[in-house]
Amino acid sequence: MKPQTATQEKPAVESPYQPRVARIVDIKNFTEKEKYFRFVFDDGQGIEYAAGQFMEVSIFGVGEAPISICSAPGKREDLEMCIREVGDVTGALHALDVGDTVGLRGPFGNGFDMDTVAGKDLLFVAGGLGLAPCRSFIQAALNEPDKFGKITVLYGAKSPQDLLYPDDLKVWAKREDCEFMMTVDRGDESWQGNTGVITTLFRKIGKVDPANTAAFIIGPPIMFKFAVLEMLAMGLRKPNIYCSLERRMKCGLGKCGHCQIRNVYVCQEGPIFSYAEVMRLREGI
Amino acid sequence: MLPQILPKDKVAEFVGFLQAENQVVAPMAKGQDFAFQEVATAEDIDRIRLDYPVTILPPKKYLLPTYEKLLEFSGRAPAGATPTITAEPTVIFGVHPYDMHGLQTTDAALSQEPADAAYLARREVTRVIGLNINAGYVDEHQFMADMNTLEPPAEGWDLFMTDLGDRYYVETGSDAGQEMVKHSGVFTPATPAEHKARQEFDAEKAANYAKRLPYNSRYMPDLLDASYDSLLWDAVSRRCFSCGACTNVCPTCYCFDVQDKLGLDATSGTRERMWDSCQLKGFAEVAGGENFREHRSSRLRHRMFRKGKYVLERTGKLGCVGCGRCSRHCVAKISILEAFQQIADQAEVGA
Repeated sequence: MKPQTATQEKPAVESPYQPRVARIVDIKNFTEKEKYFRFVFDDGQGIEYAAGQFMEVSIFGVGEAPISICSAPGKREDLEMCIREVGDVTGALHALDVGDTVGLRGPFGNGFDMDTVAGKDLLFVAGGLGLAPCRSFIQAALNEPDKFGKITVLYGAKSPQDLLYPDDLKVWAKREDCEFMMTVDRGDESWQGNTGVITTLFRKIGKVDPANTAAFIIGPPIMFKFAVLEMLAMGLRKPNIYCSLERRMKCGLGKCGHCQIRNVYVCQEGPIFSYAEVMRLREGI
Repeated sequence: MLPQILPKDKVAEFVGFLQAENQVVAPMAKGQDFAFQEVATAEDIDRIRLDYPVTILPPKKYLLPTYEKLLEFSGRAPAGATPTITAEPTVIFGVHPYDMHGLQTTDAALSQEPADAAYLARREVTRVIGLNINAGYVDEHQFMADMNTLEPPAEGWDLFMTDLGDRYYVETGSDAGQEMVKHSGVFTPATPAEHKARQEFDAEKAANYAKRLPYNSRYMPDLLDASYDSLLWDAVSRRCFSCGACTNVCPTCYCFDVQDKLGLDATSGTRERMWDSCQLKGFAEVAGGENFREHRSSRLRHRMFRKGKYVLERTGKLGCVGCGRCSRHCVAKISILEAFQQIADQAEVGA
């Protein structure tokens, strides 16, 4: 006779898998497949996060996807994301309107404390959709420019139709406390700016103080390889070159294993790594 | 509490005592093999096989179910999604030492912050009654002597039984274990002769299990490091099917996937997690199609490094307990023991 055992199926007080309810308050169409979203939290608690962290975005019945936060870090009411439609979850996100809700879990990832580069010259190199997470670093710097030295921002996109954050690009170009340059791999009839891969912008940067420069490279792996070569040629130190390594973050909690690179979990010890760490990780890029 | 004696003809009564408040699971025959299964009826008690060599799956399946509900939802929007955790008081009866070590590893890994609430809820209400292995389990796949898993770990278990012929010598490892002894009424203190018999058992066991690695296993992490670029991994993985059998049967593997499952109304459903494997081709694939471990050799190498190095470094507990299940069940007869033996050649080539 099977005895009565107590199977407890109970709503857990705190499950790390339960998302917070976030409401879309703004959507902008950047390109054919990239959209900007701004979210606020229904519980009114806001959020606190560091540059380079990400959230797990839930659409129940479809799934959950890791997306980087692209707004300036800190303690705030809202957060922003730039999301490319590539699959089921992002496809469902793109079909939503202002006022709709999604689940947000996080922030996850090691994040980057901008204080660690206070007083340094900052060189940001963003390729394609890499501009989205890079923007959280860029905005952090531009919000407190006196805290840092010279700020340089390089941005490369495939074509003029692929440019993200068009309003921000104009603002950054006008700012006197920041040297902003961008390029497209190939232009069109009306394109008047630089053409060529992002590394072609390196020779246009003013004088660099390699010992006092921290660089942030976020973009496709191939771009990272060549940008790092340029930086090392300029004399930058490996521990001062940072990048964001993307992996399939699923749980965000360092448990499911999908984001492992060798012996690290990208959702815990990353996604922001210095180049010195990337070299050690070998299969990182 | 000093060691106790449980006569073999009282085991059924002891299991009955445990069943009053717990689900009891124990090893039973399953075809030609053995598996931990629920002891639900009186007939089941008779089917318990404490002379088993090794089960197909380790006891991790009770703490990490193959499918587990995380959340229930009633629509696409997040409001109203309810988390669930299922934790049933369970006694795992007859766990061999290497599997007791395996539980230590999953305990350590899943307790690391942020801790896995569901695993810990189940672990808290799970009792482990270990069972010493005897000479009968020596087979070509295991290498427990090298991984130091012939004896139980220092903690994480409640009772440990050693077969002395017509009785079990039972050691307590926790307060819960002591309570079992006190309240079941079937134990008596061990006599000096029985203490001696236990010592003799140990001596015979040690004589039967020889070391099989050409180096002390404490050097495995460094030898693996030196072998990272070796062609060994290409050679071994050439016959791998990426089927994931190895990860299924491994006591220290715990990777999982999370997926949403819709109900028939196509609106409500559950978010579940299920066992996954780094050996499957898509494990490290990201949106957009890039796959960071596209080649079988990189996946197989990753598993060997997890088992021999990374898990130990991250948790302080063994990533491989030398049970040999992965080799035993590999469709392509890949042997982790052979791989660990072959990396010894890197000692001169590498660092």
